Amino acid sequence: MSLTNYLVLASILFAIGATTVLLRRNAIVVFMGVELMLNAANLMLVTFARIHGDLSGQVMAFFVMVVAAAEVVIGLAIIVQIFRTRRSASVDDVNLLKS
Amino acid sequence: MTASTVVTVLHGVAAALTDAGRTSAGEAALFWLLAPIMVIAALGLLFARKAVYAAVGVVAVMISLAFLYVAQDAPFLGVVQVVVYTGAIMMLFLFVLMLVGVDASDSLTETLRGQRWIGIGFGIGLGALLVSVVVRATFPAAVGLEKANADSNPVGVARLVFGDFIFAFEVVGVLLVTAALGALVLTHRQRLVRRIGQKERADARVAAGGSLTPLPAPGVYARSNAMDVPALDPTGAPIESSVSRVLRIRGQEREFGVVAAQIEPPATGSDREVTP
Repeated sequence: MSLTNYLVLASILFAIGATTVLLRRNAIVVFMGVELMLNAANLMLVTFARIHGDLSGQVMAFFVMVVAAAEVVIGLAIIVQIFRTRRSASVDDVNLLKS
Repeated sequence: MTASTVVTVLHGVAAALTDAGRTSAGEAALFWLLAPIMVIAALGLLFARKAVYAAVGVVAVMISLAFLYVAQDAPFLGVVQVVVYTGAIMMLFLFVLMLVGVDASDSLTETLRGQRWIGIGFGIGLGALLVSVVVRATFPAAVGLEKANADSNPVGVARLVFGDFIFAFEVVGVLLVTAALGALVLTHRQRLVRRIGQKERADARVAAGGSLTPLPAPGVYARSNAMDVPALDPTGAPIESSVSRVLRIRGQEREFGVVAAQIEPPATGSDREVTP
């Protein structure tokens, strides 16, 4: 099996994550779509690290994970805050700035 | 089977790359086993109506990814994937799902016309584009990480993290502290009315009048200390408020006279049986 298969799998997962962000309306599910995209990118980084025999890719994937952790904390805090004030987790209901 | 055994076994399955940069048959089997599961779980995220099912799908994808990382000579990342992603991030997601309400499902009304079809078209297009680029690109024959992982994978990664990437590492530390503070600030609830403490409650109760002491306990007879019998005040009259309000409303309260009739007069000292 060629290592390209891993890259194809990562591409498919990334596309599914992007579609989730575009189609779903529940803010939490949208956020999980972002996580899926980050994971797909990580898989690609790890695979390229193996193709080139260089651990830098794995280190970058590690940093992606740490940044994702920070991002999730802030994002979920924002979602909770919006839910408290507007009683909804749907991205459609966050339209206060619409004239 | 402990976690370390799993890592070792997976590592064994992966084995080394062949000379042509191709994977071993064991790794191919693992890949073809996990890849469909991952794609189906990811589609579950896309199509599941309930957010909890979507979360479970993402967890499945992430755990499978951890397997693939270990098989790809990245045991450190595999473990971090399980600990950070599945353990911390997805659990945080589930906590927030519980907070926001598990029942919160998607509304199906389209606010933007045709957004769904544009989204589906974009997704399929993006997938096709990425896959075609990846498939058509010619990569050099895979080198494999045997040399880089000579001193074990975590050691190799640590050398890079604390060497070439030390600045990024420091910045990430600052980022994590900022994120923790940001979460504290964002979830802080501004108090709009004065806090009601013990003293305020006591004052309000006194001001409202009524009984300040606890209500008398019901049922004080030797033969019937049941909840449904009212206590007697010093004059011998039953105290209605001593019986639970629930029993009174249900009409399950027993009248004092009924109970009193069932009670035998207390035994006096003379007719008590003396046991030797």
